[in-house]
Amino acid sequence: MRLVVQNLACRRGVRTLFAGLGFTLEAGRALIVTGPNGTGKSSLLRILAGLARPEAGVLRLEGAPEPDDFAEDVHYLGHLDAHKGALSAQENLAFWRAMLGRPALTVGEAMEAVGLGGLERLPVAVLSAGQKRRLALARLLVAERPLWLLDEPTTALDAAAQARFAELARAHVSAGGLIVAATHAPLDFGPCDGLDLGAWRPTRPVAERVDA
Amino acid sequence: MSRAFLALLARDLRLALRAGGGAGLGVVFFLAVVVVTPFAIGPDLALLARIGPAILWIGALLASLIGLDRLFSADAEDGALDVLAMGALPLELVAAAKGLAHWIATGLPLVVAAPVLALLLNLAPASIGALTLTLLVGTPAITFLGLIGAAFAAVFRRGGLLVAVLVMPLTIPVLIFAVAATSTALGGTVPFGTPFRILLGLSLAAMVLGPIAAAAALRVARD
Repeated sequence: MRLVVQNLACRRGVRTLFAGLGFTLEAGRALIVTGPNGTGKSSLLRILAGLARPEAGVLRLEGAPEPDDFAEDVHYLGHLDAHKGALSAQENLAFWRAMLGRPALTVGEAMEAVGLGGLERLPVAVLSAGQKRRLALARLLVAERPLWLLDEPTTALDAAAQARFAELARAHVSAGGLIVAATHAPLDFGPCDGLDLGAWRPTRPVAERVDA
Repeated sequence: MSRAFLALLARDLRLALRAGGGAGLGVVFFLAVVVVTPFAIGPDLALLARIGPAILWIGALLASLIGLDRLFSADAEDGALDVLAMGALPLELVAAAKGLAHWIATGLPLVVAAPVLALLLNLAPASIGALTLTLLVGTPAITFLGLIGAAFAAVFRRGGLLVAVLVMPLTIPVLIFAVAATSTALGGTVPFGTPFRILLGLSLAAMVLGPIAAAAALRVARD
C-alpha cells in the first residue's frame, strides 16, 4: 500500500497555500509535515481525509479497495477530539468502535494502551485536556485503518504520554501502516520522511483577481 | 452498516435522554401552549372543542422544531461530523439515524402526551383518536423536513434561525392535511381517509427526501 500525491494545490479564499505539491509515501513509513503556522498543514490533512476538495491535483491510496476514494481507510484525528461530554469515556469509545467498523482493540484494551485504564466510567466532560486527547488517540486503536492522518496529535499530552503515543505510532508503522502527521513537536515515529510545507509556498500566494 | 446505524441511533438517544439533552423540552413547550390556550380563549367549551385540534397541532409543530438547530451543529462543533462523514455509513443514513433518534426523543413524547392534553381542550373521544393518529404520522414528517434546516444550521455556524425560516414553509402542507383529517371526526363531507392518506404520503416523502437533502447540504459545505 502506498499514498501517492501529485501536483496538489490548495486555496483558501484568494490565498494559494501550496501548489504543485507531490510526494509518495510507502507502507511502513511516516511522513512528518512541518512548516510555520498558516502554511496549510491542517488543510493538507483535510484534503487527504477527503474532508476538503483540493484546487488541483491527484490523490491515490494504491492498494486500497478504492484507491481514488479512500476515506474509509483513513483515521483522521483533527484538532477536535470528537467526544460528547455527557457520555462516559467508555461510551464514547464504544460508539466509535461500532460506528467505524473493522474493529481492532477492544475499548478496555485501547484505554489501557493510552494510559486511561480505570477512567472508563467518568463522563468525558470532567476529564482534563490531556486525558481527552488520549481518549481521541484511543479511537485510532479501536478500528483498523491503514492510513493515520494526525493533526498535532500530541497537543496537551505530557512527556510520558507523548512517548507512549510515539510507541503506538511506531507499532502501527512497523506493522505496515502509514502515518501523515502535522506537528511542531519532535516525534519519533520510526522510519520517517519529512515534508516542509513552507518550501511549497507559491511565489505569488495571492491569486490574481479575475475581473468580472 | 446497520450496526453503525444502530450505534449512531443509540448514541443520539442516550445524549438526548441524559440531563441537559433536551428531550423533555419539546413536551414541556407543548404542555405550556395547550395549558395556556383555554385561559386566553375563555371558558367557551364549544369553541375550544372546535379549535382544539388546530391548537394542539400548532403546539406540536413548534415543539418539534425545538432542538433541531443543534442536531448537526453539535457534531460539527466537536469534530464528530468529520469522522462520521468518513465512515462506511453514507451521510444520508447518518442524517436518517439522527433524525430518527430526534423523533423518538422529541416527537414520540408529543404523540403520547397529546391524548391527555386534548382533554384540557374538551375534545371528543373520536377527535382525540384522530388527532393522536395524525400526530403519529405527521410529526416524523416535520422532523425529517427539519433535517434540511438542521444541516444548513450546521453549515452556517450560528444559523439557528435558519431552521425556523427554512423549515416552516415546508411543514405547512403537513399542518393543513393533519388538521383537516382531525376535523373530519367532527363531521363534514370529506371522509377521514382522504386527507389522512395525503398526510401519510407527505410523511413518507419527507422521510426519504429529508435525509438526502440534508446530506447534500452537508456535502456542499465541505470546501
